Amino acid sequence: MLAEQQYIELFQKYRSEIDSHASSLMNEERAFSFDFFAKKGFPNQRDEDFLHINLEKQFSNDYGMNLKAVDFKVDPYKFFRCTVPGINSHMFFVINDQFYPNVQLKYELPQGVIAGSLREMSKKYPELIRSYYNKLAKNTTDTTVHFNTAFAQDGFFLYVPKGVVVEKTIQLVNMMYGGVDMMANSRNLIVIEEGASAKLLVCGHAMEERSYLANRVTEVFVGKGAKYDHYKLENTNEKMTNVGSLFVSQDQESEVVISEITLQNGLTRNNVVVNLDGEYSSVVLGGMAINDCHQHTDTHTIINHNQPNCSSKELYKYVLDGEATGAFDGRILVKKDAQKTSAHQTNRNICLNKKAKMYTKPHLEIYADDVSCSHGATVGQLDDSTVFYLRSRGISEVEAKMLLMFAFVNDVEELIRVPALQDTIRLLVEKRFRGELNKKCEGCSSHCK
Amino acid sequence: MEDNQKLLKEITSGEYKYGFTTDIDTEYIPTGLNEDIVRLISAKKNEPEWLLDFRLKAFRHWQTLEMPQWAHLDVPEIDFQLIAYYAAPKKKEGPKSLDEVDPELLKTFDKLGIPLEEQKMHLGMAVDAIVDSVSVKTTHKEKLAEKGIIFCSISEAVQDYPDLVRQYMGSVVPYTDNFFAALNSAVFSDGSFVYIPKGVRCPMELSSYFRINAINTGQFERTLIIADDDSYVSYLEGCTAPQRDENQLHAAIVEIITNERAEVKYSTVQNWYPGDKEGKGGVYNFVTKRGICKGDNSKISWTQVETGSAITWKYPSCILKGDNSIGEFYSVAVTNNYQQADTGTKMIHIGKNTKSHIVSKGISAGHSQNSYRGLVKVVPAAENARNFSQCDSLLMGDKCGAHTFPYMEVDNDTAIVEHEATTSKISEDQVFYCNQRGISTEDAVGLIVNGYAKEVINKLPMEFAVEAQRLLQISLEGSVG
Repeated sequence: MLAEQQYIELFQKYRSEIDSHASSLMNEERAFSFDFFAKKGFPNQRDEDFLHINLEKQFSNDYGMNLKAVDFKVDPYKFFRCTVPGINSHMFFVINDQFYPNVQLKYELPQGVIAGSLREMSKKYPELIRSYYNKLAKNTTDTTVHFNTAFAQDGFFLYVPKGVVVEKTIQLVNMMYGGVDMMANSRNLIVIEEGASAKLLVCGHAMEERSYLANRVTEVFVGKGAKYDHYKLENTNEKMTNVGSLFVSQDQESEVVISEITLQNGLTRNNVVVNLDGEYSSVVLGGMAINDCHQHTDTHTIINHNQPNCSSKELYKYVLDGEATGAFDGRILVKKDAQKTSAHQTNRNICLNKKAKMYTKPHLEIYADDVSCSHGATVGQLDDSTVFYLRSRGISEVEAKMLLMFAFVNDVEELIRVPALQDTIRLLVEKRFRGELNKKCEGCSSHCK
Repeated sequence: MEDNQKLLKEITSGEYKYGFTTDIDTEYIPTGLNEDIVRLISAKKNEPEWLLDFRLKAFRHWQTLEMPQWAHLDVPEIDFQLIAYYAAPKKKEGPKSLDEVDPELLKTFDKLGIPLEEQKMHLGMAVDAIVDSVSVKTTHKEKLAEKGIIFCSISEAVQDYPDLVRQYMGSVVPYTDNFFAALNSAVFSDGSFVYIPKGVRCPMELSSYFRINAINTGQFERTLIIADDDSYVSYLEGCTAPQRDENQLHAAIVEIITNERAEVKYSTVQNWYPGDKEGKGGVYNFVTKRGICKGDNSKISWTQVETGSAITWKYPSCILKGDNSIGEFYSVAVTNNYQQADTGTKMIHIGKNTKSHIVSKGISAGHSQNSYRGLVKVVPAAENARNFSQCDSLLMGDKCGAHTFPYMEVDNDTAIVEHEATTSKISEDQVFYCNQRGISTEDAVGLIVNGYAKEVINKLPMEFAVEAQRLLQISLEGSVG
């Protein structure tokens, strides 16, 4: 419990400091989660859900925490240019764990849409936020999430009222910046009301090569017949530890697409929990990771089919090179009365190097009988005979392998429903495979590597 | 829908036909477990010092362990002090031939349909029958001895072939392996021992029948099969138990060792008493089975048909150590009423060019829970490992559950590991198709289930295949999802 002790003491000592830079609504939830965390501590590798990732060790580093919400005096709009060409997004920033307040929007948001700092908005609209905040995250046994609830002071809040369609993609950039080793606990809340629709792109970046740890929790509520797209793109560096937890609750006939793409990272843990709480709701959950060196991507997904007639489709692909390791743990749970469920899960992985390791555990738990469920998982390499076929037609070995790898991840890219974003991801993926991603983009001072 | 309900009721009333008890004088030792009991068991069997040491070490280790909780099972607390760890049919003065064997016992085997009697010998199976904890009679021994094959109870082997037993016992499943392995190592009372010498192809199927007869007993048998270079053996195992309200405990260990180019085929038809339709009684079946392909080009094949037991916790595994070795696992697990099964396999690829193939078919009905749990592990040195796993689940009734927990751990880039799984109920289309050709719904379901399980049942030796098919019918005939 050594790693925990420093945070337990920190919390007890600075509780009033933490509270004073957050909202009373967020403060109300702290005590329960702190007790939960103090009792159970960080997850360790004896825990079935954390077999292949040592988060205890990551958290035991000596990180700075910006509990006093010191303003870093940066203008992200100036030096951050990693925008997606042609996407025309509404851009928001969270620097470490604080929402960047001087929002400059190129376009106006549709009427009634609220987007901004979770801290400020929960002061302004306490009743609205109270009925959603921590409602999904509270029930988890994952102590990193409770750790977040105990320490989080700010984050991003998005509210799309009934029937409103936000055409342009909303882009949230999570940026680590500080010049010292830092930890950030930020909290996002997304509420999409009945018949509304929105798309959110969440990018993760680190400005310097310091040891950063980001522990971010996002809760999403999708109303009846609403549509929501959630794209997460991680492009940081090898020293970065990213723990992201996404909780989704879907009402009747809602449609959700989630895609998590990890291009460059150090250690990544992605938790996704989707609750299909209304009949005829559907979710498409996809993701890919391209890892080399000593990078590690650990994905843990749970899809709860709580109601009948829902469908879910899950597709994760990993390409591992160097001494990278990947872990995938996908769980589909079909409750007793969730008849006519359709749930399909696929996980495919390529190991390009002898030292690359892949651990996969796709599992189904089914308590209803009238269902159609399947899962499949493979671990393998690029097919020699296919490479030979391409070479015999005059394509060099390197290019042949590239082609096959692009083809391999293509169907994950196709899950993305924003054409401009899809093109950009394709480009980034190509750059990643060619090892060109660490070059600075024009006009950008972000050190992606 | 009403029809379905009626048919479902019919399966739940499918009776356990092996639920008789036999009145044989049985010798017990007191219930409970402590070092004295371990010593007593060892003394009763007149065991050498090293084996007692092995038992005591295992017992002391067991005391430090807790019952594992990770399986997808709801196991009521077991009081290990309420179980008798040794119950043997009482020996009358030296039965020299079959005539002198307790006639009640022979009747038991008759009911089980075991060709134990001499006149049935031409049926061609060598049988080692184990009632409660003690091996009663081994047939065909002489014929096997001609070829140099040793097939006897493990307690005889301890006396007659101590070096072999000492060398191999615990080498595949050490007593430190898990809770039940430690328990078994401490208190095992009997089991079968097989040794196939170099270059010998065993001319007949070897078989052992296990039966728990006495009340409040646990059965802890231990099977050890050693196949030397270029040998082959097919081994069958069948199990039954009488109907009782209390739960009985069965915790066995099976160890298989294959040397170069040897092949062992191990088939099980497990039909312990599954409890009544309220889920009362039944056998807890906690078994550790593991084989090691020690030599190059060797092969171990597990086939199991699991229809019995209130709770099954069983993972027959292969350690593929030799280059080019092959591991296979074929399983049909049927659960009904309140049965629970958490079963599957582990394939550990260590040697080069090793292959493994897993086919698992789960059928759950009533209120039962049926899980597949499997591990495919490829260590860094295992070049060109190849695995294919397929696990399908069939659901009948809306109160049962079917689950799959496959683990894949791949540490080598030349490995190809594939897993696929589906879960569904019997499709209405299939039943309709049969209906319109004049086949009743009941028969149609029987047909479909048998077809579904065929892939595995085909792997069983002939005699067992017939029994397995019958068992499937008893448990499931006429059921509609």
